[in-house]
Amino acid sequence: MSKYHVTTSINGEEVEFLCEAQQTLLDVLRDELELTGSKEGCSSGDCGACSVMVDDRLVCSCLVLATEAEGAKVETIEGMADGDQLHPLQQKFLEHAALQCGICTPGILIAAKALLEKHPDPSEEETRYWLAGNLCRCTGYDKIIRAVLDTAAEMRG
Amino acid sequence: MAAIQYEAPTTVEDAVGLLSKAKGTARVLAGGTDLLVQMRTGRVEPSLIVDIKKIPQIRKIKSEKGGFRVGAAVAGAEMSEHAAVCKAWPGIVEAFDLIGSTQIQGRASMGGNLCNASPAADSVPALVAAGATATVAGPKGTREVPVEKIPAGPGKTSLAKGEFVVDIVLPARKAGTGDAYLRFIPRTEMDIAVVGVGICLTLDKSGTCTAARVAVGAVAPTVLLVEDAAKALIGTKLDDAAMAALDKAVQAACKPIDDKRGTIAYRTKVSGVLARRAAAIAAERAKG
Amino acid sequence: MDDAPHYKFVGTRPIRPDGVEKVTGRAAYGADMVLPGMLHGRVLRSPHAHARIKSIDTSAAEKLSGVKAVMTAADMPEIPNELAPAGEMMVNFREVSDNILARTKVLYDGHAVAAVAATSPSIAEAACKLIKVEYEVLPHVIDPVAAMADDAPVLHDHIFTEGLPEKPSKPSNVAKRIEIGTGDIEAGFKDADVVIEREFNTAAVHQGYIEPHACLANFTFDGQTTLFCSTQGHFVVRAICAKVLQMELSRLRVTASEIGGGFGGKTVVYLEPLSIVLSRKSGRPVKMVMSREDVFRASGPTSGANVWVKMGIKKDGTLVAGEAVLKYQAGAYPGSPVQPGCMCAFAPYDMANVKVVGYDVVTNRPKVAAYRAPGAPISEYAVESVVDELAKAVGIDPIDVRIKNAAKEGTRAAYGPKFGPIGYLDLLNKVKESEHYKAPLGKNQGRGIAAGFWFNIGGESCATININEDGTIGLVEGSPDIGGSRASMALMAAETLGVSTDRIKPIIADTASLGYTFLTGGSRTTFATGMAVTQAAQNAIQQLRERAAKIWDIPVEAVEWEDGFARPTSSNAGDFEPLSIGDIAAKAGKTGGPIVGRAEINAAGAAPGFGAHICDVEVDEETGRVTVTRYTAVQDVGKAIHPSYVEGQLQGGAAQGIGWALNEEYIYDKNGKLDNPGFLDYRMPVASDLPMIETILVECPNPNHPYGVRGVGETPIIPPMAAVANAVAAATGVRMTDLPMSPPKVLAALGNANGGGDD
Repeated sequence: MSKYHVTTSINGEEVEFLCEAQQTLLDVLRDELELTGSKEGCSSGDCGACSVMVDDRLVCSCLVLATEAEGAKVETIEGMADGDQLHPLQQKFLEHAALQCGICTPGILIAAKALLEKHPDPSEEETRYWLAGNLCRCTGYDKIIRAVLDTAAEMRG
Repeated sequence: MAAIQYEAPTTVEDAVGLLSKAKGTARVLAGGTDLLVQMRTGRVEPSLIVDIKKIPQIRKIKSEKGGFRVGAAVAGAEMSEHAAVCKAWPGIVEAFDLIGSTQIQGRASMGGNLCNASPAADSVPALVAAGATATVAGPKGTREVPVEKIPAGPGKTSLAKGEFVVDIVLPARKAGTGDAYLRFIPRTEMDIAVVGVGICLTLDKSGTCTAARVAVGAVAPTVLLVEDAAKALIGTKLDDAAMAALDKAVQAACKPIDDKRGTIAYRTKVSGVLARRAAAIAAERAKG
Repeated sequence: MDDAPHYKFVGTRPIRPDGVEKVTGRAAYGADMVLPGMLHGRVLRSPHAHARIKSIDTSAAEKLSGVKAVMTAADMPEIPNELAPAGEMMVNFREVSDNILARTKVLYDGHAVAAVAATSPSIAEAACKLIKVEYEVLPHVIDPVAAMADDAPVLHDHIFTEGLPEKPSKPSNVAKRIEIGTGDIEAGFKDADVVIEREFNTAAVHQGYIEPHACLANFTFDGQTTLFCSTQGHFVVRAICAKVLQMELSRLRVTASEIGGGFGGKTVVYLEPLSIVLSRKSGRPVKMVMSREDVFRASGPTSGANVWVKMGIKKDGTLVAGEAVLKYQAGAYPGSPVQPGCMCAFAPYDMANVKVVGYDVVTNRPKVAAYRAPGAPISEYAVESVVDELAKAVGIDPIDVRIKNAAKEGTRAAYGPKFGPIGYLDLLNKVKESEHYKAPLGKNQGRGIAAGFWFNIGGESCATININEDGTIGLVEGSPDIGGSRASMALMAAETLGVSTDRIKPIIADTASLGYTFLTGGSRTTFATGMAVTQAAQNAIQQLRERAAKIWDIPVEAVEWEDGFARPTSSNAGDFEPLSIGDIAAKAGKTGGPIVGRAEINAAGAAPGFGAHICDVEVDEETGRVTVTRYTAVQDVGKAIHPSYVEGQLQGGAAQGIGWALNEEYIYDKNGKLDNPGFLDYRMPVASDLPMIETILVECPNPNHPYGVRGVGETPIIPPMAAVANAVAAATGVRMTDLPMSPPKVLAALGNANGGGDD
């Protein structure tokens, strides 16, 4: 089977990989590049656990073909902290106990970061609708929403 | 195992060429939010995927003759950020914006929503109500088609081999015109429409409805343009009697099925409810 | 409470020890592990609800390039069809094995029939399609009431209803009849002023964990096997795999991955034995991961049920009699949670006359798995709905009926035991006094309350406290951390030892490194493993005192442990500077070697969990949509070790219960195929569906636990269904007796749908 050669940028670093046409960006991140922070919960775009940024847009990496990443800018949870400095959202999620099992957490953090970049002062309702594509089965969302709103307040200063 | 071929042409002509010469099943990839799921579940096993997003005009919104030419691969999030489209056609933008999550919004395209030919596609009733047309490119050149002519049944389109939708043209909005789209889903997000109703209507200075288009989704194999529903509104001031007539006409046109997302009785009843509510919103917008 | 003990660490909210890994994507869940030379496994599943397997031809799959092993049930050892001891329970391991891989019959859509290991996931998938299975399709039955009918298709020839006066002459889908009760039920009803009876139906619902089942097995030629898997109990995985594969326990070393949710559903073994066999056959490590579709079709869910309830009340609000018949789907093999359903049904009430009959019914659905307070939410939904109607019928506030009849310390439950100290009455009063309960409601809105009861369990747990040379502490325990339990363990160890939590690093050891620890379930971890951790810490303190005594050359009785330091008990003992753990650890080599505290226990004395929820809804009477507008969960939590994670349990349980109430359901087509095996149409609540979930923690300490812990994880899923239904009734006047209360059903019940069309 012939494979496709893709050159892309992941978390600011140029990366090359080979993939089959039907492989998704999530498949390649997890299986080829060993970036397993993006999780596979459904493979149908319904849970958001695989959320990443592609060219500054929040997407489900299970709904992007790996070949489509050619020339793109991809950002994943592995690039969210700055060295050993956690992103304010990561820190607030810990302080608010906004995770229980933690499997949805990387996707929610990526989605929440995208929200705050676009809307620095979101309402509770905006936050809930923005995150509606990120299923969490443990928390009932309460502490997640509080953590995002608290981070937004802190980042606004 | 048959390998899948992936191509990303940079011109419409090249895309048409690839699609025309394809041996097995060929699929156009725009946002991919339907195609990738269908591939994953084995519903579609393409031998060729033609990614049209490298064609420059396919991801652009252009103002044209008072209306807009929206590239087939423009994502919902991109359209919601376009102030002029939002002002002119809020119903279309809302309908498009209802498709899936924020993540889906980053990818899902209007061309894809139309050509996936789901009876429940959210953007289609709004486009039909607005009188939008699609530009179809193919081996014999391009043609303009009313959007309601593209879907031919669940999962089927009227497109011939080698053809694909390049863009969708939203007409200039006439004075005194407003549009709205409402759908019903069991949750607040992430579901497929159980029923969807798009309405575009024009009011004169006295508040009398002079023109209307009412389109209903998820109640028949394709989106229905319900003329009797439009008639129920035209010539009225959208009083209670007109709204009741609209409700009745929409219900009468419905030919839904029972499935996991809704029942015949439920879809029928709720289509009338949504029609009334959407008409009220469209009227408010028409008044400016 | 004035006499409540004052704690320095317990009750605080430190950042969880595993937190940074989990917010940076570094934590390794079931599907995240990789081994050199690893293969990818896939399972071929039945497309039929009920069929005899006539033949399986794997030859074409075996020939496909990249395929390294193919297996069928012929590769699994024969297991006798009989009950065998498994811990304190009896289990038919033949049924367990048959559920892992079908032998002669497939019993549900999604039942595994063969498995493949190949060099890539796509090759493994292609190979599955090349396996030819010849089926003889048999009539199937999905509904439990239909399955109980005389002419229903019978799933198993070896099941004869247990619990009848005489053994029946022919096999049946009713695996068991059980009955519990107290008092004289007929006399009780005669005593009542109002009697109400209702029939309820609930849909099967899935646990809905976001992480699909996943494992990675590595079998070496001498028979040593390592297994990495997502599970609520790796010791239990080891036990079941060893049993169905007839391995020695010592040859199977299981490591629990981080676990992405379980809720009871990851107490069952599905892929693990297959990956071990495929690894044995291929000579390479084999990773297996379920797709979401597999998870819905072949794992979980909990029972759907038919429930009949009849209750009587006196005009003064005294509940005098409660009777119920519960028919629970078990899925393809016996073992629905109908027994706990029966036991819990009326447990919140101090009621003289109770009779509950339960039936465990097999149907052509996946075998049910535990789901958060298994069985209780179903029966208590029905009872709490009827109590609401009774309260209305006698004109008394529903909270007052519950207060008047509340079980309290000394009340004997219908299922046997007397309750010890419980905070139920206290929490009901908290509900009544809450701002929420008194808040005004808007148009089309209604408020409902409902109570919930769950036993909670104890069981086997081990823990080790390693005092490191620098005085930091390695805490070794065996309970997979599904929602913050490492933090609670660290807090209890910190409180006992008198050192802060940042000096303590908890880990969850594999099955070869620690003694048997029962699974994370039954709300037992903070109670039982917490008790083991506390005892291990006490054991370490004893040793630390001995070492200090040696250093000071005084008797150990003259050394006390206080706030993390060894001190002389009095000046009579001598004048010594207190020694920290670090001081003592630094000299451990000279005073007897490493210091390790340990405890191996079977924790008894678990105390029950009571809760009550307040729910406000708004109903769109034209569409039947029910929106939860405000929600409060109140619970007796014993002692909240880490209050944030306790609140989280209440909030998460409430959210799952709201999903169960409103939209979640297994939908089967006429051929018995699951029609909604994905998150799109199995509609779990999303963030925009819910309000904030307010919590009120009531702390009535469990006297049997060093820090007063009672389990908290399961109780919160019990009240929501009735709380929502009671709120809908308050808003509309319509009593919903079918779950889920999806819009078509609500609209039909409101009498608005033309033709009343509903399913």
